[in-house]
Amino acid sequence: MTETPTRIDDPFVDALISARSFLTRSETSPDHRAVHYVGGREGDVFYRDRWSHDRVVRSTHGVNCTGSCSWKVYVKDGIITWETQQTDYPSVGADSPEYEPRGCPRGAAFSWYTYSPTRVRYPYIRGVLLEMYRAAKVAHGGDPVAAWASIVDDDAKRRTYMSARGKGGLVRASWDEALEMVAAAQVHTIDRWGPDRVAGFSPIPAMSMASHAAGARYTSLIGGTMLSFYDWYCDLPIASPQIWGDQTDVPESADWWNASYLIMWGSNIPTTRTPDAHFMTEARYKGQKVVTVSPDYADNTKFADEWLPAHPGTDGALAMAMGHVILREFYVQRQVPMFVDYSKRYTDLPFLVSLRAHGESFVPDRFVNAADLGQDVEAAEWKPVLIDAATGETVVPDGSIGFRHNESGMGHWNLDLGDVDPLLTMHADGAETVTVDLPRFDAGENGTERGSVIRRGVPVRRMGDRLVTTVYDLLLAQYGVARDGLPGTWGAGYDDADAPYTPAWQEEITSVPAATVERIAREFAQNAEDSGGRSMITLGAGTNHWYHSDTIYRAIISLVLLTGCQGKNGGGWAHYVGQEKARPFTGWAQLAFGADWSRPPRQMAGTSFWYLHTDQWRYDAFGADEVATPLGTGRFTGQAMADTLAQAVRMGWTPSYPTFDRNPITLAADAEAAGMSAPDYVVQELKADRLKFSVEDPDAPENFPRVLTVWRANLLGSSGKGNEYFLHHLLGADGAIDGGQTPEGKRPKTVAWRDEAPTGKLDLLVSLDFRMTSTGLFSDVLLPAATWYEKYDISSTDMHPFIHAFNAAISPPWQCRSDHDVFQKMAAVFTELAGPRLGVVKDVVALPQQHDTPSEISQPGGRVLDWRAGECEPVPGRTMPNLVVVERDYSAIAAKMGALGPNVESIGTVVKGITLRQPKSVEHLKKVNGTVVGGVADGRPRIETAEQVCEAILTLSGVSNGAVAVAGFEFLEKRTGQVLADLARDNEGKHITFADTQSRPQPVITSWEWSGSEHGGRRYSPFTINVERKKPWHTLTGRQHFFLDHDWMAEVGECFPTYRPPLNLAAIAGYPTIGDHDEQQVVVRYLTPHSKWSIHSEYQDNLFMLALSRGGPDIWMSREDAEKIGVRDNDWIEAHNRNGIVVARAVVSHRMPEGTVYMYHAKDRTVGVPRVEKTGKRGGIHNSLTRLLLKPTHLIGGYAQLSYGFNYYGPTGNQRDEVTTIRRRSQEVQY
Amino acid sequence: MTRVMAQVGMVMNLDKCIGCHTCSVTCKQTWTNRTGVEYVWFNNVETRPGLGYPKRHEDQEQWKGGWVRTKRGRLKLRSGGRIRRLTQIFSNPKLPSLDDYYEPWTYDYDTLISSPAMDTTPVARPKSMITGKDTEIRWGANWDDDLGGTHERGHLDPMLKGIEDSVVFELEKAFMFYLPRICEHCLNPACVAACPSGAMYKRSEDGIVLVDQDRCRGWRMCVSGCPYKKVYFNHKTGKAEKCTFCYPRLEVGQPTVCAETCVGRLRYIGLFLYDVDKVLAAASVEDDKDLYEAQLDVLLDPNDPEVVAQARRDGIADDWIEAAQKSPVYTLAKKYRLALPLHPEYRTMPMVWYIPPLSPVVDALANSGHDAEDAGNLFGAIDALRIPIGYLANLLTAGDVPVVDGVLKRLAAMRSYMRDINLGRDTDESIAEAVGLTGEDLYEMYRLLAIAKYESRY
Repeated sequence: MTETPTRIDDPFVDALISARSFLTRSETSPDHRAVHYVGGREGDVFYRDRWSHDRVVRSTHGVNCTGSCSWKVYVKDGIITWETQQTDYPSVGADSPEYEPRGCPRGAAFSWYTYSPTRVRYPYIRGVLLEMYRAAKVAHGGDPVAAWASIVDDDAKRRTYMSARGKGGLVRASWDEALEMVAAAQVHTIDRWGPDRVAGFSPIPAMSMASHAAGARYTSLIGGTMLSFYDWYCDLPIASPQIWGDQTDVPESADWWNASYLIMWGSNIPTTRTPDAHFMTEARYKGQKVVTVSPDYADNTKFADEWLPAHPGTDGALAMAMGHVILREFYVQRQVPMFVDYSKRYTDLPFLVSLRAHGESFVPDRFVNAADLGQDVEAAEWKPVLIDAATGETVVPDGSIGFRHNESGMGHWNLDLGDVDPLLTMHADGAETVTVDLPRFDAGENGTERGSVIRRGVPVRRMGDRLVTTVYDLLLAQYGVARDGLPGTWGAGYDDADAPYTPAWQEEITSVPAATVERIAREFAQNAEDSGGRSMITLGAGTNHWYHSDTIYRAIISLVLLTGCQGKNGGGWAHYVGQEKARPFTGWAQLAFGADWSRPPRQMAGTSFWYLHTDQWRYDAFGADEVATPLGTGRFTGQAMADTLAQAVRMGWTPSYPTFDRNPITLAADAEAAGMSAPDYVVQELKADRLKFSVEDPDAPENFPRVLTVWRANLLGSSGKGNEYFLHHLLGADGAIDGGQTPEGKRPKTVAWRDEAPTGKLDLLVSLDFRMTSTGLFSDVLLPAATWYEKYDISSTDMHPFIHAFNAAISPPWQCRSDHDVFQKMAAVFTELAGPRLGVVKDVVALPQQHDTPSEISQPGGRVLDWRAGECEPVPGRTMPNLVVVERDYSAIAAKMGALGPNVESIGTVVKGITLRQPKSVEHLKKVNGTVVGGVADGRPRIETAEQVCEAILTLSGVSNGAVAVAGFEFLEKRTGQVLADLARDNEGKHITFADTQSRPQPVITSWEWSGSEHGGRRYSPFTINVERKKPWHTLTGRQHFFLDHDWMAEVGECFPTYRPPLNLAAIAGYPTIGDHDEQQVVVRYLTPHSKWSIHSEYQDNLFMLALSRGGPDIWMSREDAEKIGVRDNDWIEAHNRNGIVVARAVVSHRMPEGTVYMYHAKDRTVGVPRVEKTGKRGGIHNSLTRLLLKPTHLIGGYAQLSYGFNYYGPTGNQRDEVTTIRRRSQEVQY
Repeated sequence: MTRVMAQVGMVMNLDKCIGCHTCSVTCKQTWTNRTGVEYVWFNNVETRPGLGYPKRHEDQEQWKGGWVRTKRGRLKLRSGGRIRRLTQIFSNPKLPSLDDYYEPWTYDYDTLISSPAMDTTPVARPKSMITGKDTEIRWGANWDDDLGGTHERGHLDPMLKGIEDSVVFELEKAFMFYLPRICEHCLNPACVAACPSGAMYKRSEDGIVLVDQDRCRGWRMCVSGCPYKKVYFNHKTGKAEKCTFCYPRLEVGQPTVCAETCVGRLRYIGLFLYDVDKVLAAASVEDDKDLYEAQLDVLLDPNDPEVVAQARRDGIADDWIEAAQKSPVYTLAKKYRLALPLHPEYRTMPMVWYIPPLSPVVDALANSGHDAEDAGNLFGAIDALRIPIGYLANLLTAGDVPVVDGVLKRLAAMRSYMRDINLGRDTDESIAEAVGLTGEDLYEMYRLLAIAKYESRY
């Protein structure tokens, strides 16, 4: 260095300041600019001390969040201090980013709850109820059950404590007293009304299986009803069962890395899949192209190469136009061999469909099957057919559902086509053609939902007196892709905006430029061709939470099917909405359903349950015919939505509990007294009209649900769509409903209408939580739960392939207890009361026809035959619910709770149609868990502690026990005749123990429980086993379905992928019209996407999240809408519609599109919510503005993949079609 | 070469930042979750465009942070000559007020459980953590997150200077990115220079800037002097506190909390070797736009035998030299020149570096007549970026657009080059050549930015 040293300031100042160097031991730089110290820094001890800690404990966060991230919880002096993410996930390979660290700001803020003032520390009971109970107990000689009965049978008393719900006044109670009251209520309800009047709700088991199983097992063992959540949350993509016969199966996030084209469609990955978003940002560096579809400038748009800002709810139009381009350019103008081959092998496109005359034209009727060909084979009606291109002959290919449930199908349930080359199209020179009429919904008459009709042509063949064509030919007609020589009306090209499904057509609906859509569709397909199927679409609540989400999804999924991307690593759909992949499914299901002791459990579709029991059915403004196509037969004419539910229940499609207007225990006794079998007796009573389905009169007191226990959930502050209806009708508390009930002409015909709608149906609401939520506020009994850092459990997710543990960093403080311990204790208290009073009884359980069981092929052809209408005989299990008598020993509930029952060996575990007797697993568990001595569970493995439950779950499941995986695959090998067991055989001796999961996340074993393979260290992608091993999908054809030929699907015009707009509630229900405004208020679309600052309602009350957001309830709105009503950023506003009212701050942003507001899910009423200006009552939650809207097709059952399964098929609790009025309110707020 | 010192540095790849704020929460939980520092976030994340935290901290006309170069070529603290500051220690006029940060609040949560019977649902209402009284929330630590209210206040973002005309706050033209910030642990820290008590210092072994809590007298000159506003005043202890680069973790071989918990995996930590005697000269170059190059020049090549020899002479241990040789931050900042210093014009020689975000948008391209289907255009072109490049230049290069442009082109070239590999095609070496690199370079960049294993990040 030669230059002269540079100096600071002037020489005088430098001299002055340099004196500083004499004051310190340390070295000051020659220019007096910097001071360097070495060692001995006593002044820094504070930070070293703050960092020190005694223990680091592995745990995670259960339920609510799908992340399943493993965390380090730091403990100092017995106090939980904070958490940081674990980084010890096993590697996913040298050429991939790893799963580390996994976590998000919400999870990082969790420990705040431990000692926060919102922590529930003791059991609480509402004071007014507790006083009544104590007094009643004295009056009834200390008998808790009689005391409880005296309260709930007294109308004045009911009114008193129910109207106090939600209004404070909770008082501390002892655990003994609280559990005694809960047990008394349950015993009384079972005795007086029946066990199916006791219900339990707890969602998403995957993220804390033992905690979920504890209460589900208890509820199931006493004969209560467990309510589904996946469909109720509207997270179930109903298109998945429709297309694949699978609830949902998606790639792990590390498989995004393998995609070379990624569309994030209504799926805001950085916000909702925070721990995994890096796979997307990083894959871009590998040359992945990224496209987003979102109405707002969402967080993920920052990463996108292109942003398609489609209007909310119009995604189906965009997808249909992309499908149009792909079919035209990659199937008709040019045939891509990979696409065509894939379509023939793995989709229903080559299958034959008969046409039915409709006026002077035709409509698609149904799949042609072996029976139609006159073949006298087993299950002939369940064996669809196709034509061999080589021979021109019809062929009944293996693999359809007709080969799945019978002896003759052994070895034939597979996708092996042998030499058969399926004929995709009838189109050929000289082929006969006809016109087909197809529904379209983009241009409805008078703004109704019914749409209109478009006439197009298809090539056909004649088979006997039938006209047949292929699904493919009909699909081209549906998409409007013209071919030479076909009759009908076709568009003039991509720029024909009048022809449905062209790019120009969609532009008018979505606002996305036609040329852009054309180009993206082409790129997407071209990438699939170039990469061997590595085009992927992630889907989220933005596309899934709509009334017609099934049509949106089918249109989008068609894109990955047509391009051969499904079942390929790096390709296919990737649905990330409320994932709930409990990977060790078999073990969890055994324990949670109590199936090891008694079967079947009672399980009901949550949406149906709440729709009925919160009386939301009384507020429907439009009926089922509103969503039917003019091409339909009119079967929905005059039917209210509730009528379709009643019909679906009595035909055995969908479950309903309470089932009958008689106690099912009484029913069993009555049958016995009559000397009849229960099924015969029930049929007789139904026919004689002496017995009614509860669904036919849900407002009758004998049909009320009576006791509800909620744990791991915030039903009333988060997930409950139609929140105010819950409060008003179910609970009898204050509800802010502001809409009229269904007008007389539109009321149900088969569901009794009582002039006076009941308020306060539920006798007792019990909840367990570690924090105070709306559910806690409204509960009669609130029990203090342990947090995730205070108990043992296991967690898994579909986002990653690991199972890992929860561990107690500290013991539950104050009087908190783990869910597991609470329900074990509850069982003991219950048994003590119930044993002497209820004894051993028989209980008639009504069951729908179930998916993946032989009953899924009970109603052939998708033909609807209603025994009530005399169209068939009521045959339990075929044309009406199956009826099973279950024996319940109410003196043995506690013993059964704590031990693994004998059905595991004697009947076997049953999952997805695979039955495995597991004596070896039981022997193993006896050794590691120990056995019970004495009583009904004598000699059985103990599951008394949560750790033992975890051990049992892991032992009984294929993903964690290699022997079980191999056994299941061998079972499947017999059925399919294909080689499968090799996928697990190298892991046959591997057994993941709970201790393993405590030490480090454990990668799962490839198992028949799921459809993808991790074999050889590959990333999980769904349906790779189907594609690579010719294992059929669990559908009618065994292939992936474009065509759904059920009567009700035809009635609503959704046999094929189509576009249905968001419900026009202004036209069909008298709602205000979006866009209408004056100076005071503006009408807008109301959406509730997932929040950056909470996981549902959890964390939205957390001080850290509140500090980083706006600190209270807020609604995001566009600057345009805000300007219309003079609202500035952070002003107080009120959002109001017929369902309720919300008070919130406005967050005004140019990121938002005009005409749409977001109230991020989920804002509870607990923090910072003022009173409503007009009523003085507390403002509502985000779901105060929503209401359930049933879609009839979600109720279909008894027909292959369209059959009921718990959380598999059922009406969705959709909420995105809602509109609200926003007004600026007084800026003076009261709390 | 005169004297070699080691400096720990961090690189944040803004192109990967998802704005989740996990870093902020884990940092706050660990370090500032206590009274006196309720409003303090050693690590915070800003949505840009936006005002930042504290508000408009980059407006040095107002806050007078950092250094300025005098006409005579000397460096002077912007807050004034030292005499001037010494006379003001009892009334520091350039301190952000609580309003400029935010008034921290909590809620009376206890009401939810303890409320007596009332006429409606109990609620926890906001209470000021400063006064303990009821409060209405009007500003927070991250108020304009995701562009909330930005159309009303965004024009106050100091980084819009000079590009006001090209930025419109409309949906179609919306853009944003996130800027996570910690203390810069500058080579030429204005806070240290400003401290009258000699309480602030750089650790000799790693250059971490700390406040000696025993020595701090609470003058708060450091708060004013820091142009990044990353020194805070603990109103309970009356002393300054700041990001410590998690030295208690670093000393036992763990990365900082913010880095390890960053789920975007965008933070890299490593050592620089630098010529300590060149710092002041580099910080004093005349043109603001030369500061970036000058700062790079101070950093020494850890593989240069002369540098290694001098480092040993200066007492730097071999394992530290080895760490510097493997340093990802050196690779990203100097070898590939992808990471840029935040506000070099403050002349503090900040040691937290940022890779600017790509924000490609092909529709802008397509609309401008380009054929976006050309392979080269699959990802859009740099001149069609959604984020105005001038904004990034104001942030990272004292307004020098071509430097940012060069970084973005190298990133874009990496994507294009890798796409061929991804699809099993022959690589196109001309892509690498066009940005002055080789295919191997692009592949190494890709491994470091995308695969980014734990071991290669820290």
